[in-house]
Amino acid sequence: MAQSNPAVSAKPQSASRPVREGSPWKGMWAVVGKEMADHLSSARMVVLEILVVLAAIGSIYVATQNISQNVSQDRFLYLRLFTTAQDPLPAFAALLAFFIPLVAIALAFDSVNSEFSRRTLSRVLAQPIYRDALLMGKFLAGLFTLALVCTALWLLIFGLGILRLGVAPGGEEVGRALWFLVATIFYGGIWLALAMVFSVIFRQPATAALTSTAVWLFFTVFWNIIAGLLAQSLSPIRFGTLGELLAQANLQLALARFSPNTLYAETMIALLNPETRSLGILLPTQMEGAILGSPLPLSQSVALIWPQLTGLIAATIVLFALAYILFQRQEIRA
Amino acid sequence: MSETVLETRDLTKKYNSFVAVDHLNLQVQAGEVFGLLGPNGAGKTTTILMLLGLTEPTSGSVRVLGLDPTRQPLSVKSRVGYLPDQVGFYDELTARENLTYIARLNAIPTPQLPARVDEALQRVGLREVADKRVGTFSRGMRQRLGVADVLIKNPRLIIMDEPTSGLDPEASLEFLEMIRALKREGITILLSSHLLYQVQAVCDRVGLFHKGRMVLQGTVNELAERVLGGAYRIQLQAEGDPQAIQSALQRVDGFRNIRQTGENLYTMEAARDLRPEAAQAVVQAGGRLYKLDVQTQSLEEIYSAYFKEVEHGTVQSSRVR
Repeated sequence: MAQSNPAVSAKPQSASRPVREGSPWKGMWAVVGKEMADHLSSARMVVLEILVVLAAIGSIYVATQNISQNVSQDRFLYLRLFTTAQDPLPAFAALLAFFIPLVAIALAFDSVNSEFSRRTLSRVLAQPIYRDALLMGKFLAGLFTLALVCTALWLLIFGLGILRLGVAPGGEEVGRALWFLVATIFYGGIWLALAMVFSVIFRQPATAALTSTAVWLFFTVFWNIIAGLLAQSLSPIRFGTLGELLAQANLQLALARFSPNTLYAETMIALLNPETRSLGILLPTQMEGAILGSPLPLSQSVALIWPQLTGLIAATIVLFALAYILFQRQEIRA
Repeated sequence: MSETVLETRDLTKKYNSFVAVDHLNLQVQAGEVFGLLGPNGAGKTTTILMLLGLTEPTSGSVRVLGLDPTRQPLSVKSRVGYLPDQVGFYDELTARENLTYIARLNAIPTPQLPARVDEALQRVGLREVADKRVGTFSRGMRQRLGVADVLIKNPRLIIMDEPTSGLDPEASLEFLEMIRALKREGITILLSSHLLYQVQAVCDRVGLFHKGRMVLQGTVNELAERVLGGAYRIQLQAEGDPQAIQSALQRVDGFRNIRQTGENLYTMEAARDLRPEAAQAVVQAGGRLYKLDVQTQSLEEIYSAYFKEVEHGTVQSSRVR
């Protein structure tokens, strides 16, 4: 080869990997600042925020009414604010599980492809920054916006609670609610990263939005059904023994946990209901010596949801890494 | 000899089996305006992306301001301005906000930022509309904003991809004037285009691209010499016996060809500027000379002549795919 065509022999790729110059994060904070400003001023976000805040106020109002009617000695009055549902309105926590993915998808579904369609990508990448900074900046801006929305809601609940209940929240309640806030942000992070993956793959923002929403619907509506069916066929009950029943239930639970919704729901249950002792199947032998209905300390509840929480964070990171790889490999000529 | 700002050696880019750029050797000197010419899809944009380190070359080497864009992309991109084809802006932001973002990406210190942005807007004449949303801008204004966007980093080299495509004639002329102004400031400019007459108007040298190869390179006159044979085309308007006039002109030293293009109108091709000799010849042949004009070959003609040759297979451009 080299003999027949000496001109080709001057290849730049040497055996040693070339070291990239400078930091991959150079310029990232400029991107974060610009993207966050965009998010916070965009009409899309304003509409969603109004919707979320209205729904939150409604559900909290109903919850406080319910709570003040059934005055009881409850140590966790504020946690009830998150979980009490009254007929027309679902509990606030359930509302969050519904709205957060939508907000996250709305934040990210056009993050990369709109730069292509507006022809701004090549101009931005011609600046002395790496692609890493652009994508990471966009992701962080989305996550920060999401965190801002969640924290604002969180504070709103406590504020409304103090106003309506007239009791100050206890330290443990605040602690539990804070962990819940972290879990909520990363639950949103998953959908943010997912929408970002689709925004890298599809050039049409509408396609990316629809696909993200389709995945969300799949996990919200169908995944539990599919997990049940799969468990039935993979681990069928032939003789009706306890072992078989247990195996099937465990398999179904394991499958259901592939959905971020299940992970988030379990985290929510364990954190907001301190009495929760296990998220799986509890055998009578495991309950020996336990005082039923007594709350777990916060540290034990956190230990209980640790796998779920790390799962949520890990899924966010894996999805972001996928978006990152896809974006790095893309030709940027628009 | 002046400093070489940009140099490529056997630069090649392949997309699977398709060769987008094929062993490109290019040199641009400091202070020069160099035009990359060629039809769409000839490899101009790919070349530009490789010069900026936005696409990795398959083989060959690039030096931009003495730096390797693949290894030192940040240094290259902080010194080289790039104006992409149909440059895009964030329409919902103002001109000033768009430029501020770019300035921040260039790590321009915050205290200097407003002054630098204003200065860049001033230089392209957009100072009055700095706080208007870019969505309201015309195509020409966007293109000028693109130049401001490039100027904000005080580049030594500006690369422009099809800078005048989509501009109306007046905006094009304005833009070409801006390019000349940049050249006067000592900025080296590499621009790509398929609009020949514009390239001709501003470029010191041009390179003709065809299927990923730089097939011709040089000043417009050099190219004309090579492709058309004669660099000078002399137009005559003379009254008198056509036979006598033509035969008289044919005897002039340096004569190449003559054609009668109308009543009393002749077009003569020559190796040199033969106007005085031609005038003398016409007069001696008893003709009455009304008009004598020399016309340098336009790129348009060079271009079409070249591609005609390619079609007829007289120019070797075969490649193994």
